[in-house]
Amino acid sequence: MDNWTFGLTMLIVGMGGTLAALGALAVIMGLLKKIFPVKEESN
Amino acid sequence: MFDAVLNGLSGLGAGVANLHWSNPIMIAVGCLLLYLGIKKDVEPLLLVPIGFGAILINIPLADLMGDEGFLRTIYNMGVANELFPLLIFIGIGAMTDFGPLLENPKIFLLGAAGQFGIFLTIGLALLFGFDKLDAVAIGVIGACDGPTAIYVSSRYAPHLLAAVSVAAYSYMSLVPIIQPPIMRFLTTEKERQINMSELTSTTPASKATKIVFPIVVTIFGGLIAPNGLPLLATIMLGNLMKESGVVSRLTKATENEITNVVTLFLGISIGATMDGRAFLTPQTIMILVFGFVAICLDTACGVLFGKAMCVMTGGRINPLIGAAGISAYPMAARVVQKEGLKYNKFNFLLMHAVGANTGGQVGSVMAAAIMLSVLKGMGIIP
Repeated sequence: MDNWTFGLTMLIVGMGGTLAALGALAVIMGLLKKIFPVKEESN
Repeated sequence: MFDAVLNGLSGLGAGVANLHWSNPIMIAVGCLLLYLGIKKDVEPLLLVPIGFGAILINIPLADLMGDEGFLRTIYNMGVANELFPLLIFIGIGAMTDFGPLLENPKIFLLGAAGQFGIFLTIGLALLFGFDKLDAVAIGVIGACDGPTAIYVSSRYAPHLLAAVSVAAYSYMSLVPIIQPPIMRFLTTEKERQINMSELTSTTPASKATKIVFPIVVTIFGGLIAPNGLPLLATIMLGNLMKESGVVSRLTKATENEITNVVTLFLGISIGATMDGRAFLTPQTIMILVFGFVAICLDTACGVLFGKAMCVMTGGRINPLIGAAGISAYPMAARVVQKEGLKYNKFNFLLMHAVGANTGGQVGSVMAAAIMLSVLKGMGIIP
């Protein structure tokens, strides 16, 4: 694989993958907060 | 008898006679690192052992990195097999509070944007003729995360380990100098004044959420980027121990004793790779330049992403917090707080910036994990 293809692949998949992964984690964390709300602890 | 005395004296002078021109320069560099660590308080926990290691390795004939040398033993014990950075990650996880991030999970995205510099720098390094794996090791300086940089470079470009780790730790300590001009250049005064204390969409995370968080990140991250699982798993293990509260002895040990011992071994091992003959090359200078560019690009991408979030939320996000989306914790968050206060003395961005900063910690590890898995997918690494 030439450097040009490698660099572009890393750029697209790397940046896109990181953004998508952390975006998905943000959604999952939002859901977790709904599943385990703070008020449950005080009851 | 006279010959014997002469031979004895020549043995005493052998070290001086075998000095390479690069050795005194590197000894001076080692002294400079010691000065910065001791006198200027710049990352002393690392710069003192690194500086001392650099001095030791540039004393000829001591052969401390030879097969029987004690520095080689330490290096093989935990740098060659990537163990030390992983042990440090357990300590970092145990010391990090992801609460501010969990209060507003959208800030995770800033932690992703703060890693874009890694991938842009890989492209730049390739353009300048670096080999693929060398470019990856250089790009990862942009993670602004010493253990990640050491893990990746010791595994895939060990000949660049010294330059990459010195660059990573040096620029981390220079974050308060590097970031503010970029932040000011990319934002308007009005944007810098945005007060985030009225942001109502944040709710505190429960203890259960904080406990489940490291488990979910490990499973999720491991499934999509298995090659980076050691990085993710160790930081999350440390955090799970802290948040669970049931293994306080282990948590304290990882926060203190283990991290301290490993930091010493890691620092002196890195210093031991700074042999002048291998270190003083044009390549090292290029790596230092690319490392600087990587951190500038991270900051710029984070701030620009913060601007996009500002627009999308109707002006409720202060774009400055985007600069904290890097892994340099907690320096980047402090820089944001300080800059925010300059333009609005009632604006306390610290908690939001800390959230972005911890997002940057997860982001840098996730970016490295994804990068390694992409490399594996492309058949570049076994």
